[in-house]
Amino acid sequence: MLKNEEELVITIDAKGMYYKELNKMIKDGIGAGEKKFFIENVNGQYYLGDGIQGDDIIITINGVPGNDLGVFMDGPTIIVNNDAQDNIGNTMNAGKIVIKGNAGDVVGYGMRGGRIYIAGDAGYRIGIHMKGYIEQIPVIIIGGKVGSFFGEYMAGGIMILLGLNISDEIAGDYFGVGMHGGVIYLKKKIDFSKYSKEVEFSEADDNDMVVLKKYLLEYANDLNLHYDEIISGVFYKISPSSARPYAHLYAS
Amino acid sequence: MTKSSFSNIQPEFLALIDDTKCVRCKRCIQNCGWGTYSFGGDKIIADHYKCVACGRCYTYCPEDAISVVKNPTVMRENANWHDYHIKNIWKQSEISGIIISGMGTPLKYKKYFDHMLLDACQVTNPSIDPLREPMELRTFLGKKPSKLELDFTEDGEPILKNPMPPQIELQTPFIFAPMSYGSISLNAQKAMALAAKALGIVMNIGEGGLHDDLVPFGKHIIVQVASGRFGVHRDYLNSGIAVEIKIGQGAKPGIGGHLPGEKIGMDISRTRMIPLGTDAISPAPHHDIYSIEDLRQLIFAIKEATDYKKPVSVKVAAVHNIAAIVSGIVRAGADIVYIDGFTGGTGAAPAIVRDNTGIPIELALAQVDERLRQEGIRNEASLIAAGSIRSSADAVKAIALGADAVAIGTAALVVMGCHVCGKCHTGNCSWGITTQRSELVRRLDPEVYGERLYNLITAWSHEIMEVLGSMGVNSIESLRGSRERLRGVELTDSELQVLGIKHAGL
Amino acid sequence: MLRLKNTFSIERDISGCGLCGIINIKKVKINGENIKRAIALEHDRGNGLGGGFAVYGAYPDYASLYAFHIMYDDIAAKNNVEEYLKKNFVIEKNEPIPVLKISKILDHPILYRYFMKPKSDREDRLFHDLKDDDFVVRSVMVINSQYDGAYVFSSGKNMGVFKGVGYPEDIADFYMLDDIEGYMWTAHNRFPTNTPGWWGGAHPFTLLDWSIVHNGEISSYGINKRYLEMFKYSLSLKTDTEVITYILDLLIRKHGLTIELATNILAAPFYQTIEKMDPPKRELFTALRQIYGSALLNGPFAIIFGFSDGMVAMNDRIKLRPLVAATKGDFTYIASEEASIMEMCPSPDIVWSPKAGEPVIVRTENVKAKNIVQKEEMVSL
Repeated sequence: MLKNEEELVITIDAKGMYYKELNKMIKDGIGAGEKKFFIENVNGQYYLGDGIQGDDIIITINGVPGNDLGVFMDGPTIIVNNDAQDNIGNTMNAGKIVIKGNAGDVVGYGMRGGRIYIAGDAGYRIGIHMKGYIEQIPVIIIGGKVGSFFGEYMAGGIMILLGLNISDEIAGDYFGVGMHGGVIYLKKKIDFSKYSKEVEFSEADDNDMVVLKKYLLEYANDLNLHYDEIISGVFYKISPSSARPYAHLYAS
Repeated sequence: MTKSSFSNIQPEFLALIDDTKCVRCKRCIQNCGWGTYSFGGDKIIADHYKCVACGRCYTYCPEDAISVVKNPTVMRENANWHDYHIKNIWKQSEISGIIISGMGTPLKYKKYFDHMLLDACQVTNPSIDPLREPMELRTFLGKKPSKLELDFTEDGEPILKNPMPPQIELQTPFIFAPMSYGSISLNAQKAMALAAKALGIVMNIGEGGLHDDLVPFGKHIIVQVASGRFGVHRDYLNSGIAVEIKIGQGAKPGIGGHLPGEKIGMDISRTRMIPLGTDAISPAPHHDIYSIEDLRQLIFAIKEATDYKKPVSVKVAAVHNIAAIVSGIVRAGADIVYIDGFTGGTGAAPAIVRDNTGIPIELALAQVDERLRQEGIRNEASLIAAGSIRSSADAVKAIALGADAVAIGTAALVVMGCHVCGKCHTGNCSWGITTQRSELVRRLDPEVYGERLYNLITAWSHEIMEVLGSMGVNSIESLRGSRERLRGVELTDSELQVLGIKHAGL
Repeated sequence: MLRLKNTFSIERDISGCGLCGIINIKKVKINGENIKRAIALEHDRGNGLGGGFAVYGAYPDYASLYAFHIMYDDIAAKNNVEEYLKKNFVIEKNEPIPVLKISKILDHPILYRYFMKPKSDREDRLFHDLKDDDFVVRSVMVINSQYDGAYVFSSGKNMGVFKGVGYPEDIADFYMLDDIEGYMWTAHNRFPTNTPGWWGGAHPFTLLDWSIVHNGEISSYGINKRYLEMFKYSLSLKTDTEVITYILDLLIRKHGLTIELATNILAAPFYQTIEKMDPPKRELFTALRQIYGSALLNGPFAIIFGFSDGMVAMNDRIKLRPLVAATKGDFTYIASEEASIMEMCPSPDIVWSPKAGEPVIVRTENVKAKNIVQKEEMVSL
């Protein structure tokens, strides 16, 4: 572990290190009052940032972090300069995760707050069971395309799917299946048959654009993208048709 | 459901009022959560269609003027076309939909606890008097190393080389089963919290988050992480004595949960950390667990978040291949495995699943315990058995089959007045248990029922001591897994083999 | 009719008993006459269906070899087992165990002893690397569970067990124990209740150089047995003594615990006592109960277990079985009844009744076994 006195960055070479050891180093560092961490040679270590707290903590990762990146995280920022695997931001409460490459399946499962910004594509079941609670609004933005079951059981929060530089369909089937809260914005239309019967489709209005501008500006800045290109044009809005999609299904 | 001209369904019960006894105090009107009673000018009128036989009205009628009886209007008896089937067909043809029910299955299946008898000492070894000689029920839940590693002090005194993995200490081998705030009322949870603290045991708050009022009871609380992840955050994971990952429930293996939006009021919304008024859906699977290695991943995500200070329990429903499943769970790093049997309770489940899916806890437990022993990993995790433990005798038999402790769900609700009417899912519970209606919840006094829960578990503990004494042992660990002290009656060879016990007489 | 293996369909074989033990810490040897008289005094604690003795220091000429005592129902069984032994062991010597035909012991199995060590190139080396002790344990279990009509009843070094169906004093005469010397003896008089006595079921029960004599029916047998099975012990005899022996083997030999800690597992202190201990000790004893709760011997027992370097006597944690101890010079005596001690040693230095669960641990000094002490000398002690 090296400490750069000027920039106050703790550098950790994670090569060959098991997650337990690596996470303990990070937690011990946070406990000792350190704020900035740079972790090199990460390759597959699970649970980076698991349950850590502190809005001013920034962890930058070189390499592919393992599953459950930022699980239960409550405040810090994690920046990944490469691709990342499954379960990013699992049950995350607050903070930010920026992925400069692609992400795996099940991003932001049960996420209650914070933001996950992905430059590239993401896999299946993105934003599954995302929540939202009082002033906490979880946000996921994906620059590329996603797989099926996008926003499954979504109960709150905001997801923005941009489909930048994607020529074919930007999402798989069963889009918004079981969605009963929150909102999804699309920069490109997808085939109508893909929307689940629990959602409604409309064009984003001025109020929506206020929301979009706010988050996309930060997204563009974090990922060094051209905000103007991203924000230009029409956005579409997917919202649940009912907060109680299954009320009719049962007999008592 | 009020009678409509085109419904075939007749009322199941008749709420009969003896007008000569009735003093028109209208307490029945107030007490019934179902709206069965109304005042008809000069007397109480009952809408029998609304009665569920929850027992509240006659319990609180000062004049004993009410009797609730089964509707004597018979359907033609048919052992094959039972009225259960016929009524469900009518119901589903009239309003469609999946039949939802509360509580464990009411159908008649063989109850294996009722076919096992206990051993006692005669002559060759002595029984022990539990009232005067020491009798230990203390139980520790958590991973135990297979062997003790020692260090020695300079004086040559042996000391522990490594601290023991975290344990839950129970003064008696009972816990209160997971029941969430939402499925039951906060007052019902509080009654269990008070009792758990007084008894030196723990309650499990279920998957609905931890209400602020329960935070001071943290040392007596297991917090749960279910697929809905309600209220789950870092501090939540660290607020109890252990964390449980809920995979399944005996009453509805493989089925998720669903708390209807109308029950998500301010307080529940805050506790579950979800928006007001939306359905609280627990997906059928955890969407980060599609395979056993994913379970390991979540177990260790929780251990990382709790600095390895909390035992992690995994709750599963007893299904056909349960022995192999639990073996996998133990090898995935669980410290406790909670097995919920076929007859286990629920706040709401599709009746088709509740009544047809899973296997009885006795058989599941016997196979799991044996399997873990064969693999030499029984010490790696403690086993909690659940799924309608109705008496201390059931508890003793479960422990002899191999459980470390048993969980009490329905029995705890019965203490609070529950008559097992099975209508928990409607939210109208007259007893204030499975309802969020404030006028109903208010009537459940946590102090009163906390004390009654204390009484029940204390009485059951004394009964276990009596049984231990009769068996000539003075510590619960000498009963645990000691199937030699069980014999079967009226069981087939296959059943005996699965249970790992001999037939009585052998 | 002889039965080496128990043919009753039982989950366990239970019995009441009397027991005696004697040890000289300087390893001065005495013959079996004294202990025979002591156990004979406890005649009424048995019913003539089992008696036996363990003697340490019995085979000084073969002290480095495992001494197997094996009972056979017939020659065929003997041939089968010997085939196994030849394949796996270097047999330095084998011979019939010398016996005296007496009227009180009419039927007896073929009794043979073998002095041997495991072969270094034995077949099992192909798939694992067991230590000699472990291989011997495994061999004993293989023979006892898989070879019909054969039963290994002693397998330690420089020690031997002599037992059978009959009163112990008759068994002693049958094996001519007056002519055998050792620095430690244990003796057992058996009162089986649900089997009519069979040669293999008599005590002492042994494994390597562990020998156990035991009185009382363990009420926790069921879980003790299942606990041991988890560690791959096969319990063929279904006796409490077998269970106790294997638990001690597990705790002391395999898990490396001290004898003192092992005895605190067999007769664990109550939590009430543990709570009064200093923190490090409290943690240790709580851990002992957490880890080894299934090894707690619950119910009545008094045991004497011998091993090459000493002897331990103890009873259960609420003292449901009797145990008396005494010392005289370098000798320690243990018995179910004080009178038995007086029979061996009329004027001991100290006599006491050990507290519930509190072990009497006697270790020999690090000396070579001494030559035979004459009987006259012995009495004068």
